[in-house]
Amino acid sequence: MLSRTASELYWMARYLERAESIARVLDVTNKLSMMPIRDGGDQDLQVPLNLTGTGQLYAAAYPELTMPNLVSFFALDNRNHSSIFSCLQMGWNNAHAVRGSLSSEVWECINATWIEMKLIRRQGIGSVGADAFFDWVKERAHLFRGAMFGTLLRSDAMRFIRLGTLLERADGTARLLEVKNTLMEIDGDPVREYYRMDTLLRAVSAREAYHSIYKQPLSRETIAELMILRNEIPRSLLACVGDMVQQLELIGGGANQPRRLAHTLHAELRFSSMKDLNKIGLGVWLSAFLGQVNGIAESIHHTYLEAQ
Amino acid sequence: MLNINLSASPFFDEMLLAEGKHRGHYDAYWQWLQQADHQAVQRKREEAALLFHRVGITFNVYGDDDGAERLIPFDSVPRIIPAAEWAMLDRGIRQRVQALNAFLHDIYHQQHILKAGLIPAEQVLANDQYQPCMQGVDLHRDIYAHIVGVDMVRNSDGQYYVLEDNLRTPSGVSYMLENRKMMMRLYPELFARQRIAPVERYPSHLLQTLRESSPINDPTVVVLTPGRFNSAYFEHSFLAQQMGVELVESADLFVKDGAVFMRTTAGPCKVDVIYRRVDDAFLDPLAFRPDSMLGVPGLLSVYRAGNVVLANAIGTGVADDKSIYPYVPDMVRFYLQEEPILNNVPTWQCRHKNELSYVLANLEQMVVKEVHGAGGYGMLIGPTASKDELARFRALLLSRPQNYIAQNTLALSTCPTFVNDGLAPRHIDLRPFALSGAEIRLVPGGLTRVALAEGSLVVNSSQGGGTKDTWVLEDDLC
Repeated sequence: MLSRTASELYWMARYLERAESIARVLDVTNKLSMMPIRDGGDQDLQVPLNLTGTGQLYAAAYPELTMPNLVSFFALDNRNHSSIFSCLQMGWNNAHAVRGSLSSEVWECINATWIEMKLIRRQGIGSVGADAFFDWVKERAHLFRGAMFGTLLRSDAMRFIRLGTLLERADGTARLLEVKNTLMEIDGDPVREYYRMDTLLRAVSAREAYHSIYKQPLSRETIAELMILRNEIPRSLLACVGDMVQQLELIGGGANQPRRLAHTLHAELRFSSMKDLNKIGLGVWLSAFLGQVNGIAESIHHTYLEAQ
Repeated sequence: MLNINLSASPFFDEMLLAEGKHRGHYDAYWQWLQQADHQAVQRKREEAALLFHRVGITFNVYGDDDGAERLIPFDSVPRIIPAAEWAMLDRGIRQRVQALNAFLHDIYHQQHILKAGLIPAEQVLANDQYQPCMQGVDLHRDIYAHIVGVDMVRNSDGQYYVLEDNLRTPSGVSYMLENRKMMMRLYPELFARQRIAPVERYPSHLLQTLRESSPINDPTVVVLTPGRFNSAYFEHSFLAQQMGVELVESADLFVKDGAVFMRTTAGPCKVDVIYRRVDDAFLDPLAFRPDSMLGVPGLLSVYRAGNVVLANAIGTGVADDKSIYPYVPDMVRFYLQEEPILNNVPTWQCRHKNELSYVLANLEQMVVKEVHGAGGYGMLIGPTASKDELARFRALLLSRPQNYIAQNTLALSTCPTFVNDGLAPRHIDLRPFALSGAEIRLVPGGLTRVALAEGSLVVNSSQGGGTKDTWVLEDDLC
């Protein structure tokens, strides 16, 4: 397929996935902010800013760190490139440029999402409520994926969309773990600590999965294992990288570099235990992982997406 | 019950007769209309607008600052053509397209028609659209215009006239297909009442035509678009998707070793047929416009060597130029030895002194068109023009008469159209699309454009026109 088309599809998928993960993080931050936990509030509100590296931008635009301000900054603010509005806009731009390579169902889903997004922005979040808005973003993302799996030709076009989704997802999960599991000290207040971990699981839709797999109280150790080394949840690092390997194997052409990098990373995840990771230090390991994911992304760019 | 607001008018109406009755081929629709609930119809109109928006069936307007995409207004009263009438139009279009292709082949080879003195040589050879680089180039099947849109109108005398031929990059076929889809979705019951000829085969006809344009066995076909900011971008991507071929921009293509390649994720891939929706001037910066950032350097040399097919060919524009239009009936007689089935609108060429003085004397009744104009921009409609406009065109005609032709203002036929308080007649035209490959293929009907403003005769979408679904009946008995 055309390199330009592949590139637009890949980025479309990345931006849509990014919009969804921002919505997930904001959603749980919002729920956490409503709990009667004193003192730790500010630190939790910082999480979305730390994840996206937008702390300075936020501070320049808003006088106070409050939940309503955060919602407005991450939902609708077009100055914030990580806002849901900006992500959907860029995703729509990519989709529009190659709409002929999408099935009409996938295109109409993205187009309708963007039309509704513009409407919501005009009317303000107040018109629907933050909860309903985040649910809407997740619903639109589900619809996009459903339409993609249900209607798209099993060709390279689909594989580049999948790659975009998987790379973005692996990056998102790793960052979330980094921010919540390693950068934040274990809280002295067990209630606050519990809800922090609980919301971390909910942000990746893994709360029920955790209980059915571990059948024991939440701990940072087991949560990290679930989100990194277990294949059961679709947002774990092992699952993302495993799917990435599969997609890369299916893409036509003889290029090997992206495959080699993905296979190497996959083997490491597949045959490591938490003990190995802790030996290196979870924080160090996660930032190395982010570097490797970035390396795969760069290699995909260089090999397939940039016109030769 | 809908309010049908038709005053006695001098125009030919496609549905209604002067004494308040309707024409026979609208029987089934008329009966449905009598029972239709106004509010339900109004709801469906809104539903249609919403759906078109969702699907993103939009066009960009040149010079529109906010770059917003607009919908082309869709009217849900169909334009119905009886089977016998279509059979005549179909024959006439095939004949005309055949003659135009013969003419193009001739003027880039032996030039028999010029030697026979039927058309003044300088009018062809000195035309801006004539491409000397095409002289002596042999094309597969001698076809130049693979895709042609013929614009037709019906006058108050009930006869059809060809207004112009579109041989460069005619657009609008996507609206024809989407309009049909929309009508079937909104009013399925109407399609049960009578047999309406399907149009859905167009994309497969188009692909077949493009494949047949190449001597290669299994050619790789692509659609070339100027990009997503082009006014017809929706159509380009729509057709590429419907045909299952790549939609490329010029930067995706390059020339190497005498062939055209596209840049793909699996490396360079050879391209054999380019359905280009890009004007001649922007195809190859080495050959046409060195200042242009668009285009594929070296494309022309590959094309001239016969290693890639362009559809339509380079240099077809000379045959749809308004200064050549008056000669099309002569082409039919000259190349096919047949009488033309379709009539031209009587046309005055202002380059002739006596014709110019007739035009100047009757300017208030005439339509004046610039010979190289397109899109309804450089024209004067005498009956509705202001004094200033008339004076401006009078001066233009006197200073550069060779740039203009003039025609009597046709009383374009009308078709009832939904307006705020019911139905009212609005002027329409018809653009059927003909595809030339191993044979000539047409789907029944075409795109009906409608001038939505009361009394307006300009149907172009860039000037506030809308579209209707066009129904050709399978038989005239119902």
